[in-house]
Amino acid sequence: MSSRETVLARIRGALADVPAEEGPEHVAVERAYRRSHLEPGQDPVELFAERVADYRATVHRAAPEDVPAVIARALTERGVSRLALPSGFPAELLPSGSRQWQPEPLTVPELDALDGSVTLAAVGIAVTGTIVLDAGPGQGRRALSLVPDYHLCVIRAEQIADDLPDALARLDPARPLTFISGPSATSDIELDRVEGVHGPRTLDVVIVEQSVEQS
Amino acid sequence: MSDRGVVWLGSPSFPEAARTALADQQLRTNLRRATTTIRDKRLAVAAELDDWEELRTAAEAIKRRTARHLDRYLLQLEEAVIAAGGSVHWAGDAAEANRIVAALIQATGEREVVKIKSMATQEIGLNEALAREGITAYETDLAELIVQLGEDRPSHILVPAIHKNRTEIRDLFAAEMAHWGEPAPEGLSDDPRELAEAARRHLRKKFLAAKVAVSGANFAVADTGTVTVVESEGNGRMCLSLPETLITVMGIEKVVPTWSDLEVFLQLLPRSSTGERMNPYTSTWTGVTEGDGPSQFHLVLLDNGRTDTLADTVGRQVLACIRCSACLNVCPVFERTGGHAYGSVYPGPIGAVLTPQLVGVEQAASLPFASTLCGACYDACPVKIDIPEVLAHLRAEVVEAKRHALSPEALAMKAAATVLDSPRLLSAAQKAASLGGRVLAREGRIGRLPGPLHGWSDTRDSPAPPAESFRTWWRKNREGTP
Ligand code: SF4
Repeated sequence: MSSRETVLARIRGALADVPAEEGPEHVAVERAYRRSHLEPGQDPVELFAERVADYRATVHRAAPEDVPAVIARALTERGVSRLALPSGFPAELLPSGSRQWQPEPLTVPELDALDGSVTLAAVGIAVTGTIVLDAGPGQGRRALSLVPDYHLCVIRAEQIADDLPDALARLDPARPLTFISGPSATSDIELDRVEGVHGPRTLDVVIVEQSVEQS
Repeated sequence: MSDRGVVWLGSPSFPEAARTALADQQLRTNLRRATTTIRDKRLAVAAELDDWEELRTAAEAIKRRTARHLDRYLLQLEEAVIAAGGSVHWAGDAAEANRIVAALIQATGEREVVKIKSMATQEIGLNEALAREGITAYETDLAELIVQLGEDRPSHILVPAIHKNRTEIRDLFAAEMAHWGEPAPEGLSDDPRELAEAARRHLRKKFLAAKVAVSGANFAVADTGTVTVVESEGNGRMCLSLPETLITVMGIEKVVPTWSDLEVFLQLLPRSSTGERMNPYTSTWTGVTEGDGPSQFHLVLLDNGRTDTLADTVGRQVLACIRCSACLNVCPVFERTGGHAYGSVYPGPIGAVLTPQLVGVEQAASLPFASTLCGACYDACPVKIDIPEVLAHLRAEVVEAKRHALSPEALAMKAAATVLDSPRLLSAAQKAASLGGRVLAREGRIGRLPGPLHGWSDTRDSPAPPAESFRTWWRKNREGTP
């Protein structure tokens, strides 16, 4: 008997007390929990900005036309000038100036030699202050937002879901997903929080406000 | 030590180990600070959700549904993973899982792997098994790195090196990093920021060069085939996305039925574990993705005593554990003794109910008594495992088993004797010992023996065998002891 058969047989043997006619749907799962922890009338974008900042990430809010300027200012402040650029990142969001934009494809050593990366996001989660990347256009493969020490993520206000249930429903599990809540951090040494062990030490999040026509 | 191959870390018995731990003032201070800090953070973020009880109730029910129909969900998971381009392997016990992983690594031609912290691989002693095959496994979680460099043992599920303070860690980095790769920088201080930076530099080249990674899994979703790893440092993301081959070892109880079930567990786990609304990084992947991440994905489904646990209708609930460690941080016994006293990779209240079930109660007879039955663990548990109920149930079993059982010490001896009777195992042990690798004989002492001898050597720190063979030495020194 293969181990597969052995383990399955052991499971079936162990579950001798479960009636043969019982199906999973006969085991009730009461979902009385809330779909969202937003208070009535609470603004998800406001809460998202607050909670992202709680993780010591820096949050910028910008009208659509100001995004390039806000990105430019953030990059200057951080002293970041050589950046990875995922394919599909909208050219109109890029600031002008003397920065080096390295488009994909990039090897991992090439990525490692860069200062940072800019990406879009797939979904935001207000209650937990999380951004989710799904490797879609403008986000790049997972290594892009991981290997360089700085990550700037641009997210549109309407991409921000209230809470986890809503966010998971918006996401496609077939894609590789990365949920990011603040910069890389560890508390392994005497529980002192230190940012940036292996992932980016600095995370800037730019929230693009809904333009008047859109809202 | 167990016939089933749960790594037995070798405390003689809980009361004895606890006595030693209680005398260690430093350990108690570190532990108290850690447990109270995490406990307070957990209470604060759990209180933010006014439906915490409803989330716990749902989590418990989802886990009950899964356990009662485990065969069906595992088959569904297998099908979905294969459909997404992954492979699935089934392992009945630790030895088989280790063999599968070693063979998969050997097939790549690599001799080094990077690892994400994982309870399942600790449970089966994977690193030691790989070492016997000439494969080096590098732990990449900071705490696990500290434990590995120190040839130490984890003492907490979440913060495995919590028993070490910053000065001890500094000294360890300065002394050991050079043996494993990038040395610690000159003049390293004990500032946690500097220490973390040293770890970053130490591991960076390994990440960039690694072709194979080994991970555990927090959850695997049956209907989509999606596997999930929850972490903080980004070392997980490095391992999950840079290498060409990814091997994930997962206990069969980690499956959940549907993608949307994760909405319950991803709310409960970080809040219960680190006291955060969400941990810095959660990665999910489904098979392989062209052009992004590993091109080979192997999922190893591990039984190793879980089906026996499933057969016990009272003890079954323990399989719902999501390894958050909340029960450790509220346990008055754990706070005073620390994790090592439990002698298992699973310490604290969860260890006291899980270990005896995985290895058999007669092998860990003192653990069900390592509790005051105060009930704090039950209140803290996000999946509502009634730990006191299971403890009481196991105590009754221990009493039953005691009537014709051997003492744990005698069992360790018996297991050592088994190795000595087996030429193959013995020569493996001897070879490992005579290689004189760092893991084994240092300064003329045997630190830790591989595999089944683990339990025996761990408590004893025996003198290394000189010119005479291990067997002769054993005969002279130990034979005749019960
Ligand atoms: S038993 Fe409950 S509280 Fe303890 S680690 Fe498991 S899930 Fe967490």
